[in-house]
Amino acid sequence: MCLAVPSKIIRIDDLVATVDVMGARREISLMILPEEVNVGDYVLVHAGFAIQKVREDTALDSLGLISEMARKMEE
Amino acid sequence: MRTLIEDIHSLTRRIGRPVRLMEVCGTHTVAVFRHGIRSILPEEILLLSGPGCPVCVTPVEDIDTAVEMARLPDVILATFGDMMRVPGSGVNLQEARADGSDIRVVYSPMDALDIAAANPDKRVVFLATGFETTSPSVAATLCEADRKGVGNFLVYSNHKLVPPALRTLLGDDRVDVDGFILPGHVSTIIGAQPYEFISAEHGKPAVITGFEARDILEAIAMLLAQIVKGEPGVEIQYTRAVRPEGNPRAVALMETCFHPVDVRWRGIGKIAESGLSLREEFRHRDAPRVFGLAVEGGPEPAGCSCGDILKGIKVPTECPLFAASCTPESPVGACMVSSEGSCAAYYRYGIRR
Ligand code: SF4
Repeated sequence: MCLAVPSKIIRIDDLVATVDVMGARREISLMILPEEVNVGDYVLVHAGFAIQKVREDTALDSLGLISEMARKMEE
Repeated sequence: MRTLIEDIHSLTRRIGRPVRLMEVCGTHTVAVFRHGIRSILPEEILLLSGPGCPVCVTPVEDIDTAVEMARLPDVILATFGDMMRVPGSGVNLQEARADGSDIRVVYSPMDALDIAAANPDKRVVFLATGFETTSPSVAATLCEADRKGVGNFLVYSNHKLVPPALRTLLGDDRVDVDGFILPGHVSTIIGAQPYEFISAEHGKPAVITGFEARDILEAIAMLLAQIVKGEPGVEIQYTRAVRPEGNPRAVALMETCFHPVDVRWRGIGKIAESGLSLREEFRHRDAPRVFGLAVEGGPEPAGCSCGDILKGIKVPTECPLFAASCTPESPVGACMVSSEGSCAAYYRYGIRR
């Protein structure tokens, strides 16, 4: 339940960003992020909020495990 | 990876005795199975699950209280999907919904706020669970509700804090742990400092760990190295997502909205200052206060060993009900309900003894 999913920012509208996470688009809040982000950056997303900015290579290496676990959690 | 595994084996030989490591976080428990990590570790290393599944530690009375709230007239209860099947002393939330209560599963607390805005004639209660990973998001939603003037949005906070639970474990003589694999995403928020007491006061190694196979193996090697050197400390293996200072903005928001209170953990009991309650400034959104509701603590399900499992005293296969009367389809205790519960993870990955 404390899983955060790396997601790519594709649009920013003030404190709301649209992200691409494993091919799905979702709106998330940037309210609790400690730093500025730009389109193209990756963030860790948990419960609809970006909780930290991460490097792209991090984002990519985690997707295998995380997508499987996210699926399991939705079962 | 190969050398990492060799390092683990040689460090274990140097230690020369069994080593008990606790993976505190439920997501790690699942990742350990998923990556098949147990099969490549030396026999001397025993991985124990800890109290780090927020769903599993939600006490019976909190579920009962949530069910009562959902039954009140003109109330919509919203919560995360994991909470729906957690057993209470009577019905669970899924059964309460089937009985006619308006209970909705949401992905984000913001979705619950949207439900409130769209239903001004109802009171919308967000049943908030989760550790430090989740509570800042709920705090942000509370502030947003005030900013937007959505008066009918309430929160029933079941939030819990990880460090006080670890402090309690370390103070329990029956708990025998040589080192801690600390949660990754909780630490993204709180950083490393809140765990310092683990090494400073208890002399135990601790490593904040990511979720890939390599992360977990690296963390195990780091813990073993600390044991060999006799220099326990709190290290960050998961530097990709965890900074030493954590996310100060999220922590500040959490502190604006919540204050620590003593709460009960399922199977463990009351832990001082281990839960989060809404501050005075948000009392108009504090569901238990608004409704004047607090259901007394009920008994744990008979025969369930969740408590000892959450403390690393037992493993699920030592529970007589495991895979017999207790399965994911008909769970007796909360550890079998959540996909991240230890019993559910053992069951799903086919471990039966
Ligand atoms: S197997 Fe079921 S009854 Fe036994 S400890 Fe786990 S959840 Fe409780």
